[in-house]
Amino acid sequence: MKILTTDHLTREFGGVIAVNDVNFSVEQGLVTGLIGPNGAGKTTLFNQITGVDKPTRGTITFDGKDITGLPAWKVSRLGIARTFQNIRLYKELTVVENVMMGLHFKVGKDPFHGRFLQAVKSYVFAQRENREMYERAMEWLHFFGIESHAQDFARSLPYGMQRELEIARALAADPKLLFLDEPAAGMNPAETAHLMDVVDKIRSLGVTVVLIEHDMKLVMNICDQITVLNFGTKIAEGTPQAIKQNKDVIEAYLGKEEE
Amino acid sequence: MATLTLYIQYIVNGLTLGAIYSLIALGYTMVYGILKFINFAHGDILMVGAFIGLVVYQALLGTSASPVWMVAAFFIAMIVSMVLCALLGMFIERVAYKPLRNANRLAPLLSAIGVSFILSNGAAWIFGTQSRRFPYPFDNTPITFFGISITPHQILMLVVSISMMLLLAFFVNKTKMGKAMRATSLDQPTSALMGINVNRVISLTFAIGSALAAVGGILAAFDFRVYPSMGTMTGLKAFVAAVIGGIGSIPGAMIGGILLGILEAVGAPLLHIPNGLKDTVAFAVLIIVLLLRPEGILGKNEREKV
Amino acid sequence: MINFFMLILIYSGVYALMAIGQNCITGSTGMLSLCHAGFFCIGSYVTAIMCKMFGISFWLSLPVAALAAGFVGFLIGVPTLRLKGDYLCIATLGLGEIIRNIATNINPVGITSIPRASLFGYQFSSRNKGAFIILIWVFVLIFYILFQQLAHSRLGRAMNAIREDEVAAQSNGINVTKYKISSFVLGAAIGGIAGSFQTAYTLTVSPSSYTFMVSVMVLCTVVLGGMGNAKAVILGAFIIQFISYFQQLTGLTNIIPPQANQMIFGLILVVMMIWRPQGLLGRDKYRYGDPRTFKEKLLAVAKRKGGER
Repeated sequence: MKILTTDHLTREFGGVIAVNDVNFSVEQGLVTGLIGPNGAGKTTLFNQITGVDKPTRGTITFDGKDITGLPAWKVSRLGIARTFQNIRLYKELTVVENVMMGLHFKVGKDPFHGRFLQAVKSYVFAQRENREMYERAMEWLHFFGIESHAQDFARSLPYGMQRELEIARALAADPKLLFLDEPAAGMNPAETAHLMDVVDKIRSLGVTVVLIEHDMKLVMNICDQITVLNFGTKIAEGTPQAIKQNKDVIEAYLGKEEE
Repeated sequence: MATLTLYIQYIVNGLTLGAIYSLIALGYTMVYGILKFINFAHGDILMVGAFIGLVVYQALLGTSASPVWMVAAFFIAMIVSMVLCALLGMFIERVAYKPLRNANRLAPLLSAIGVSFILSNGAAWIFGTQSRRFPYPFDNTPITFFGISITPHQILMLVVSISMMLLLAFFVNKTKMGKAMRATSLDQPTSALMGINVNRVISLTFAIGSALAAVGGILAAFDFRVYPSMGTMTGLKAFVAAVIGGIGSIPGAMIGGILLGILEAVGAPLLHIPNGLKDTVAFAVLIIVLLLRPEGILGKNEREKV
Repeated sequence: MINFFMLILIYSGVYALMAIGQNCITGSTGMLSLCHAGFFCIGSYVTAIMCKMFGISFWLSLPVAALAAGFVGFLIGVPTLRLKGDYLCIATLGLGEIIRNIATNINPVGITSIPRASLFGYQFSSRNKGAFIILIWVFVLIFYILFQQLAHSRLGRAMNAIREDEVAAQSNGINVTKYKISSFVLGAAIGGIAGSFQTAYTLTVSPSSYTFMVSVMVLCTVVLGGMGNAKAVILGAFIIQFISYFQQLTGLTNIIPPQANQMIFGLILVVMMIWRPQGLLGRDKYRYGDPRTFKEKLLAVAKRKGGER
């Protein structure tokens, strides 16, 4: 079953077409890789889907709903979480608070209250809510093995842990679909290996993962499906084996590495 | 016919006013172009420039009263003021902004508000809060042709400000340092890698911007008199001019300033805006411009990279 | 001298209230607003008009002042809060001046001889400063507690998240616009309440006392104490008022002109930004690790006190 499909998605910046008529789809429960040379439009595509930016043309369907042009906060409430290429943590908040932010719209939600009443309730019963959020956030920190840093400021974490914390924050929202934008960028081989385990664990939680990555070893190892973009256009999709042998891909992308 | 002459008259007045706004707006725009922050203290530098000009000019006038000397004294005062303001601008940048180059976005802004407060209150301490007249260096009888009158000091304002802008345009477009300046405003890290001394470029930007502000302050003083808080309103209007023209764009600031000057000179009598509400209208225009077209006429719409 | 010391206590109370509001806007949510003088002005005028012209009690005018300032904050906030840092700063500066200009144009003198506030038959007169100090600091305490609760709730955390990173906050399902406006309105409302107290104490309002300088002083208070830390902000208010009344306190009025104090405020902004941007007391780091509820904590404190006895 396809959990996400984009239909003729296009994004233009002035005269530049960053994403050109892309039909991208994600199969539920699988890990989908999105690869392509720098400037191929991968992050732009992520931004369109997660509502950070609005597409020029085309539609995005998630879980049977049309989410084209919805603001990011609505998209995330529907169950799409993401991380960012250049880590975007709340640096002056503690590690556990960062994860609690991921739970922001999950805790204290009451279908019988309006938004305003909900806010009042969150205000009056803040301590009770905090306790619930704290416990759930700690579980996620435990999942990543960084619970001992819970009370440190996020900015004081080493780089690899910051990446993991960002994933933890995204997962805390209990998403159906998780976008990881270059999770292994800047990581050393040990950290990358750890990241692979993490992605495997996430998949076993039943979360569908889409990731942009330049580390081919990682992509080929953990992805079930791969989509290749070049100059904003989709040039191939398929299993890692198929992609490895795809002539267009080799020409556009992998071929360059052998030169 | 009579009304047409009247409006041409307004436009002439607006041009001279606008030329001053342009001069001041250039300082805002150049700093924004390179450091991406609004130098709140710029308006106060123009006030300091006007005071230095006034003090030097009056001191020089005391020595002789020949008409030629009066004009010469005016220009000497202007140059002294430009040099001192350039130094002041560089000093402020070095002390109050440079340490904050990598801090969060609010920090340099708060620091600039602080500097602005120090300058305007310092001037009020030294010179008192009353306003002073800036004496004309020559006879100011208006010259009239075709029913449109223009005063000699308006001509002076136009000539001085336009020649300053031409000098700046030459500097930015034709010299090596000007090229370095444009490169730095496009991409600071890359410029640094290309061997441009970014710190020197930033210093120079502040020096030029402040020197232009000093000229603007002296010329504005003819119309608005000299007082410690003169920089706030004039500075804000010049800032609007910079935004209208597209902040960060040097030709934009020139066009924006002239446009704003003409708008003000024509708009105020046309819409019968009472004197007491002039500032309110000016602020309202400022906010409307910020809301409707924050990127201005010639500016680029910069988006945050995610 | 003791008189001036009491005056400082009163004004630091008024400024502490304003600074709590500014802290909500700038410290928590990270929006640099420069129109707190405007909200202060609105609160003062609402109380002045209600008490003088309609003979309504001060206590009734207090919530109205908060609502009026909050409403103006809403009107200002809806269009301007989508502007980025520098532009927001300039736009709010302009709006603060517009509010003062309008007040000046309607009546340049202001309103004088406003009736006193009274509580259970006791009249708060300007001569009896002690009673006023108690009154204002009770309110500072109340708003301190209310805003601490906010800061440590889900809502306050969302505001902090917006300050740290708007894009990330959006991706965490936070309706950034709504939070920004709410924070701005709350901050404005507290500014209005501070204005109300100012009127109740001075019993006059004049447009000339709501200048840009007031906004900068409030900002300075927040920066000095520590952005996002309510305790620190109250400390800041006290220091700023102490500087403000230094000459009167030491009898040096003839030697040091008032401009010197304002230069010091400017200097504080620059120096703090360079050497201690987090403020004197730094950020308020709240440990969520304590899994007890408020009631349990209270009981624990009570038990400890009992044990000591």
